[in-house]
Amino acid sequence: MKGLNPGGVWAIYRAEMQRTVRTIFQSVAAPVLTTALYFVVFGGAIGSRIREVDGVAYGSFIVPGLMMLSILTQSISNASIGIYFPKFTGTIFEILSAPLSSTEAVIAYVGAAATKSMIIALIILATATLFVQVRIDHPLWMTAFLVLVSVAFSLFGFIIGIWAKNFEQLAMIPTLVVTPLTFLGGSFYSIKMLPPFWQTVSLFNPVVYLISGFRWSFYGQGDVSVVTSLGFTLTFIVVCFAALAWIFRVGWRLRP
Amino acid sequence: MPPMIHCVGVAKRYATGFLALDGVDLSIEKGEIFALLGPNGAGKTTLIGVICGIVSMTAGKVLVAGHDVRRDYRAARQAIGLVPQEIALDIFATVLATVSFSRRLFGRPSDPAYVERLLKELSLWDKRHARVVELSGGMKRRVMIAKALSHQPDVLFLDEPTAGVDVNLRRDMWALVRRLRDEGVTVILTTHYIEEAEEMADRVGVIDKGRILLVEDKGALMRKLGKRRLTLRLHNPLAAPPEALAGWPIALEDGGLSLTYAFDAASEDTGVSTLLKRLAEAGVDFTDLETTKSSLEDIFVDLIGGAA
Ligand SMILES: Nc1ncnc2c1ncn2[C@@H]1O[C@H](COP(=O)(O)OP(=O)(O)OP(=O)(O)O)[C@@H](O)[C@H]1O
Ligand SMILES: [Mg+2]
Repeated sequence: MKGLNPGGVWAIYRAEMQRTVRTIFQSVAAPVLTTALYFVVFGGAIGSRIREVDGVAYGSFIVPGLMMLSILTQSISNASIGIYFPKFTGTIFEILSAPLSSTEAVIAYVGAAATKSMIIALIILATATLFVQVRIDHPLWMTAFLVLVSVAFSLFGFIIGIWAKNFEQLAMIPTLVVTPLTFLGGSFYSIKMLPPFWQTVSLFNPVVYLISGFRWSFYGQGDVSVVTSLGFTLTFIVVCFAALAWIFRVGWRLRP
Repeated sequence: MPPMIHCVGVAKRYATGFLALDGVDLSIEKGEIFALLGPNGAGKTTLIGVICGIVSMTAGKVLVAGHDVRRDYRAARQAIGLVPQEIALDIFATVLATVSFSRRLFGRPSDPAYVERLLKELSLWDKRHARVVELSGGMKRRVMIAKALSHQPDVLFLDEPTAGVDVNLRRDMWALVRRLRDEGVTVILTTHYIEEAEEMADRVGVIDKGRILLVEDKGALMRKLGKRRLTLRLHNPLAAPPEALAGWPIALEDGGLSLTYAFDAASEDTGVSTLLKRLAEAGVDFTDLETTKSSLEDIFVDLIGGAA
């Protein structure tokens, strides 16, 4: 099995990015608009009651959570649609019959989905600076979390895209699982603000760890330690990779 | 030189439990035009899927240009261009973009001159900046062919290339197939129609119920298939064939009311006029006559009957 096919990976990556450009409104304008609304609603309404959290102004405090919220939803939807759509239209035959390893296909699709959600997260960050003051204490860690979480959830989205047999299933996990977990994961509050029982419950929510680590990279404090956050993110990536390796080995829902 | 395609004991059982390929052995030489002939559901598309890496095989082994399609899949797939039975295209991409995408997907460096020639040959050049969604069905089919040839494969699979295709496209397609053959490209096509196999192929394989029933040179097969039957409706039933026709390949059917004669339509002397003369001399009257060509169905009946 000699010879890699970087040209093929690049071809898919480019085609996926072009798809984004084609649908520039849904891809970029929609998340930016949503974020602006969050600022108006949460920042404006709640921010007038909660002045600050852990010494950070409330408006600034929610920025990492908002970015994380869009990274999770965008990564999952980009990656799942990226692979589901060719399955749906039949164009997947071309990918399956190309001289491309499954790892290369994953790199291309997941890479494109992760790139897109990182770009959107950065656009949201830029939008946020128009409303509130944002400080980034650990830019390198911020970048690391941005990349790792985008990749992790793009992998997860890719798995959903392979698993889904129809559009309902495609939307099911994001709406029923990810969005609730994200909202309850401390996007808009610190879990320290919750009663002790709910604090404990929150620790079972994986999204808490992601948001906490990300917020730490901005303001130097999180709900759990940054090492735990990082460890959790890496574990999630490994689990997704293992699942994908199994999927490709048995051809599950890809090759009849 | 290894055969272009070499299948040994290829079997495919789908998740439904259905056995679509049941031990296929098949060898196709480099530079051949090979027609795979078979009725609906025979397993043609499944076999192509297995060779091209779209369908996982349950058992057996496939080599493409000597490369195992599982172990050495890169080299094997590099050699293959596939035009599937169903049109499947990214409808928002332009013609040029989607064809170039296919070429890059196979890791080939860009070659605008080749792509231009290909698109011109398929009458797509004027449409190169059009989005696929704006094309007619026939043009989409041409795009599928251009994509399959974009990386200059050594073997081209055409899965039912002429289904729903007009005369122009059919003619262009056959011209293209001949050009490819002249360049040494192996072409494998599937079809339901004997005529199509007759027109294009060097060799013909017949598949049914997941088994290859026969593989033969077109000439030999056409001799078999070229058989015609003459059927005479007799005025009065005969108990036995007339003395004068002893040793002729004739048979009485329908309680002696019809007489059939099998003959080779391609031969100089079909014997039909002699037969009719002898019958007249023997005083056998008939009310009607018809001749029929043996159809694909007849051949299957023959083949399956012969195997049983
Ligand atoms: N994904 C699948 N799951 C289950 N059965 C399948 C699947 N694909 C094909 N089959 C069955 O396998 C058999 C062979 O199908 P195949 O598509 O290979 O036939 P074919 O010779 O190409 O027929 P046609 O001339 O109609 O295109 C059929 O009975 C079909 O129903
Ligand atoms: Mg078919």
